[in-house]
Amino acid sequence: MANGHAKPRHESDVLLEIRNLKVEATVYSPNEKPRDVTIVDGVSLALKRGKVLGLIGESGAGKSTIGLSAMGYGRGGVRITGGEVLLNGRDILQGGVKGLRKVRGSEVCYVAQSAAAAFNPAHRLMDQVVEAALLHGLGTRAEAEKRAIALFKKLRLPDAQKIGSRYPHQVSGGQLQRVMTAMALCSEPDLIVFDEPTTALDVTTQIDVLAAIKDAIRDTSVAALYITHDLAVVAQVSDEIMVLQDGKMVEHGETRQVIEAPRMDYTKALVSVRSIDHEEKNPAQEPLLSVRNITAAYGGDAVKVLQHVSVDIHPGQTLAVVGESGSGKSTLARVITGLLPPIAGSITFANRMLAPRLADRSRDDLRELQMIYQMADVAMNPRQTVGTIIGRPLEFYFGMRGKERDARVGELLDEIEMGKGFVHRYPAELSGGQKQRVCIARALAAKPKLIICDEVTSALDPLVADGILKLLLRLQKFEDVAYLFITHDLATVKAIADSIAVMYRGEVVRYGSKTQVLRPPFDAYTDLLLSSVPEMEVGWLESAIKGRRMESAGN
Amino acid sequence: MKGAFRGSPVLKLVAQRIALGIFLLFAVSVLIFAGTQILPGDVAQSILGQSATPEAVANLRQELGLNDPAYMRYFQWVGGVLTGDLGKALTTRQEITVTLMPRLWNTLFLAFWAAAVSIPLSIILGLIAVRFRNGPVDKAISGFALASTSLPEFFIGYLLILFLAVKLQWFPSISTVYDGMPFLEKLKAIVLPVIALVIVVLAHMMRMTRAAILNVMQSAYIETAELKGLSALDIICKHAFPNAIAPIVNVVMLNMAYLVVGVVVIEVIFVYPGMGQYLVDHVVKRDVPVVQAVGLIFAAVYIGLNIVADVAAILANPRLRHPK
Repeated sequence: MANGHAKPRHESDVLLEIRNLKVEATVYSPNEKPRDVTIVDGVSLALKRGKVLGLIGESGAGKSTIGLSAMGYGRGGVRITGGEVLLNGRDILQGGVKGLRKVRGSEVCYVAQSAAAAFNPAHRLMDQVVEAALLHGLGTRAEAEKRAIALFKKLRLPDAQKIGSRYPHQVSGGQLQRVMTAMALCSEPDLIVFDEPTTALDVTTQIDVLAAIKDAIRDTSVAALYITHDLAVVAQVSDEIMVLQDGKMVEHGETRQVIEAPRMDYTKALVSVRSIDHEEKNPAQEPLLSVRNITAAYGGDAVKVLQHVSVDIHPGQTLAVVGESGSGKSTLARVITGLLPPIAGSITFANRMLAPRLADRSRDDLRELQMIYQMADVAMNPRQTVGTIIGRPLEFYFGMRGKERDARVGELLDEIEMGKGFVHRYPAELSGGQKQRVCIARALAAKPKLIICDEVTSALDPLVADGILKLLLRLQKFEDVAYLFITHDLATVKAIADSIAVMYRGEVVRYGSKTQVLRPPFDAYTDLLLSSVPEMEVGWLESAIKGRRMESAGN
Repeated sequence: MKGAFRGSPVLKLVAQRIALGIFLLFAVSVLIFAGTQILPGDVAQSILGQSATPEAVANLRQELGLNDPAYMRYFQWVGGVLTGDLGKALTTRQEITVTLMPRLWNTLFLAFWAAAVSIPLSIILGLIAVRFRNGPVDKAISGFALASTSLPEFFIGYLLILFLAVKLQWFPSISTVYDGMPFLEKLKAIVLPVIALVIVVLAHMMRMTRAAILNVMQSAYIETAELKGLSALDIICKHAFPNAIAPIVNVVMLNMAYLVVGVVVIEVIFVYPGMGQYLVDHVVKRDVPVVQAVGLIFAAVYIGLNIVADVAAILANPRLRHPK
């Protein structure tokens, strides 16, 4: 297998050059003929050896598509229809399938967004890490494994000698993401494509992985395309940034210039996102919802996920519940909605005691307590139109029929800034932000007093998420509805909360009004959480790592 | 007992499946027994014929133990089965175990060879169909598969007899086997029924293998493998197939069960001395103990193969094999 010629090295300074890239795909939307759309149009870039280029933009901007084109790969039927991709001086698009297979995994490697999905659950980590190196004849198995273990150490994985013998489900998400980086580096490639490698991680873990990736890039002098929608993240790792919108380049420049002195309006909008002004409200006399000493567990009493949780929500106000995965924030929502009856404690809602079990609650209890979810598309029946989806609670709770219902659906659509033109559309015909708006309208239709919002903006692009947050705040003023806002994103919290509860391992570790909670001195966990939020500032990562007082959980 | 299984969820799950299987088998035995009780007609009457005197019928009923309450006869029957005694055939007065065993072996012999050909063939065809999916090869395989499932098995049997036995005279049309027959001749005798059975079960297994692997091919880790530069066949065999084992094993076992319990028509066509023929003969004669015995064996085969499928699915899941 040993093949010394597998990786031609060229002396040229430019490693990757993409010229006039054009990528197209055929879309099959319902009720329409299949048509070709251009995903990337006329993008050119050049990357020098050992440099990192950040590709940034919202979903649909074509950044992943450009990243994958560096490997000659089109995801899901996407076709590269024009342009050149020169890697080490050769146009890899001219090499045919065999030529591409030689490039992939040896000269260019890929780190995916969700390592948990990108590892094969049936094989041990080590077998997957060295697979590409062995396939391309880059050393014997022993050599490859030795390299892998050295990389595990460099990426600060625990128990570097043995972690390779584990299966993917046996290590945490943050560790898996680092193993994936080691997998990419194991072939000693010239270029790595990082496709949102930290987006799926908790904010406290993201910073660790980010630092590990940055060190590994520096020490191995590999070049990288770093794809993300988070400018603050890309500011930490890249030398240059390219801003993309709708498959076209908007701006390209040095990192510092793009962050500190953006030239184009779109970049300015991205940089200044989260500029929501929200006046904090004072708590009312009587809370709307009062959670007292709730303890809840899964599997009988086996796994306690909530311990002695007490929080209040005041009418027309927002309580933000923050914490990382596994801290129990969604479980709290399940307890309040009655999906998971608690083993101790009580919940008072609008001056009445709520039954612990959903089945024992009155119809008014159900109506006044609505919920919006993270994944708007799976929270709607794909075979119902927007009108049916929003009309359903009107029929169910208020017995509205016919014209009366249709009129109200129209009003609600106006309230969420979409308009009556959407009544007959199906969820598949809506964008991510529009889907979430329909879910909001459906919740509003019940005229609730409280809406539980479970990570409702996490799956959305920053600008779209901003629109949703602004809408929620505006609706709160009109309808005087209270929100229980579950999120791991502290920027969101700062933007909309009146009071904050910080959760850690099933307990509320800090609770109070927004100003109280965000005013130092902090407890160790709140400090970790706050200091882990990337800031749009070159060099933030290093200072943040230095100033940490505790370790993250690694999810 | 509980302590012994702690820490090994696989052992616990496997033990659970086997215990459930045994319970199920007992439940089935009750159903079989109850079913044969509510069949119309009287065994003594049918043995002795219409002209028998009422006294003779009463005597025979006494002799056969048909006057005992049903639950007692059930426990006697199950007790006998547990000690390896399936009772006596009413019509021939012979030990059922003695006449049934050689026939069971014949059926298993036929099923084994049909399985040995059809399982690897169907999985390989499935893999090839995935490799060339939506291409002419895939369409040819799918077309053949659909055609073969739409043909009734007796029709396939007679076609084989017409062409391979009558016209070409390669193989015998009647699959006679007997004790002490040389192995190779035995094999030659069963070639036609084996081909017929393979054609019957092949399509289902092939289609399911294809579907199960295609389903896995949507996963993100398949893209990872593609971006490592692996060839299409490597990706299918190394990365997709191991994650599709559970559904494949399930459908394979379903077809194996069919090869044992569903071969009645094929056995009749080729006059093969197996369980199916035996069952049909004795249903006609209303020989209840034989019907019960055969029914119980079929149920045991069916449940046993399904346990194998369940256990294989458990063992194929790395999350269960290697807990956190």
